[in-house]
Amino acid sequence: MKSRKKEIPVLFLLTVLSFLFLIPIFIVLMNSFKGKLYISDQPFKLPSIAAGTFSGLSNYITGVMKIGFFKAFGWSLFITLLSVGAILLFTPMTAWYITRVKTKFTSMLYYLFIFSMIVPFQMVMYPMVKVANVMSLDNPVGIIFIYLGFGSGLSVFMLCGFIKSVPLGIEEASLIDGCTPIQTYFQVVMPMLKPTMVTVAILNVMWIWNDYLLPYLLIGTEYRTIPIAIQYLKGGYGSIDMGAMMAMLVLAIIPIVIFYLTCQKYIIAGVAAGAVKG
Amino acid sequence: MQKNYKKWFPIFVLPTLIAFVIAFLIPFVMGVYLSFTNFTTITNARWVGFDNYVKIFANKEFINALLFTAKFAIVAVVTINVFALSLALLLTKGLKGTNFFRTVFFMPNLIGGIVLGYIWQLILNGILYKFNVTLTYSEKYGFWGLVILMNWQLIGYMMIIYIAGIQNIPGDLIEAARIDGATSSQIVRKITLPMIMPSITICMFLTLSNSFKLFDQNLALTAGAPSKKTAMLALDIYNTFYGRQGYEGVGQAKAVLFFIMVAVLSLTQLWFTRKREVES
Repeated sequence: MKSRKKEIPVLFLLTVLSFLFLIPIFIVLMNSFKGKLYISDQPFKLPSIAAGTFSGLSNYITGVMKIGFFKAFGWSLFITLLSVGAILLFTPMTAWYITRVKTKFTSMLYYLFIFSMIVPFQMVMYPMVKVANVMSLDNPVGIIFIYLGFGSGLSVFMLCGFIKSVPLGIEEASLIDGCTPIQTYFQVVMPMLKPTMVTVAILNVMWIWNDYLLPYLLIGTEYRTIPIAIQYLKGGYGSIDMGAMMAMLVLAIIPIVIFYLTCQKYIIAGVAAGAVKG
Repeated sequence: MQKNYKKWFPIFVLPTLIAFVIAFLIPFVMGVYLSFTNFTTITNARWVGFDNYVKIFANKEFINALLFTAKFAIVAVVTINVFALSLALLLTKGLKGTNFFRTVFFMPNLIGGIVLGYIWQLILNGILYKFNVTLTYSEKYGFWGLVILMNWQLIGYMMIIYIAGIQNIPGDLIEAARIDGATSSQIVRKITLPMIMPSITICMFLTLSNSFKLFDQNLALTAGAPSKKTAMLALDIYNTFYGRQGYEGVGQAKAVLFFIMVAVLSLTQLWFTRKREVES
């Protein structure tokens, strides 16, 4: 009980800090209900009906119409879900195979996957877009394939790390019982990989959902994801509609906050695990 | 057993491998080759040797971007890690509401770079408006704006890693020190800090490579203004590729240099972590 009194200043400090962390989002929310002309010069004032700065939902309506927000939301969801789905289906199989079958080729593959993790996107950006154009992968379905390729480095690496610690005995028993490797994988191995697969899923969702440059270069002229739609709103120099921008920022943040609050436990655990290994 | 597996290679490995080769391996090899050629589309590439690499330094843009990035990285690494570690120390004391605070501090990390950039553009311009200037008036504003933004985004992330590190310290170690009469600050300096050195290394390099590769936030906050002075390396490379016809080769050469810098950082990290693992 000695330190209860000492705790009060610390708690006070933490409260002030968390207030500071939340206030940027609150300011954006507040401005999304303000007329667009009143945002730049008085961003820290509450919208008021008396002063005529309150604009109801009009920013939301203009914004949604201007950038087709719900369509963008749909594309973001489509690309993120299917890409992460593909990564979760294929990369654990690959990781299992190259850990269990030891040849020169598989160990070379392993090092190539690790190597890809240290290569920044700008290095492969231009040729990748050209290759994707030639192979007709520059559409919302093709981009899933590209994400599988780009995401495989980190995913295979993390999964291999875990598979190394799984004892061989159970798999051997299932093979002796007459299961094919594919049955063994889906019935015996995959259930054991679940915790790491959750981590891989979280890390890839965070990356693909927020990714801007890759989808912009590949499919951005026809299909806009949320980050592309937000950047599109900026338009040419100086012609930015601040009201619509604020409203769209709020709409972009809402799904993230919902995702965070529902999967918080996994996200925090996944991020900690991913960092230690990455 | 291995033989049993081998004929299943096409099912287990091929889908990932084909995607990996198309999305990464071929573009990487092409990227290295193209950096030595002059091209506007890939089919008309003409070998020019080290010409592109020489041209990088024909104007100051790349050097400016490198200096800006390096300065930014140093400031960001120091500030983010000091704040994150302090928060982690406060949040591992078993205070009331620890979970709530952790939730709040981590949240900005999930918001994408483009959205983050525009949130801070509004707030910083709102403050600067009182002084009759904007964020793009001077490169100083853009620099510190990016520092604040990155702090807001990454403090919570690094804090999580530090908390995990602190929680791994065996409790009896601290208890023994207490019994021997160590003060709280002595415990932090003599036990906590040395014990979480691996977490410190990880966080330093994570912030460093995140700062080095920063693109979205940079594009949304200032897009390099005023006159490209706040453009970081990734944005400068992007502008060279897509901003100016006939400079694709130079852009690719810059990308190769950028890759080498990031690779050196990552390998240094690996070396540091390995060394620690051997020691402990």
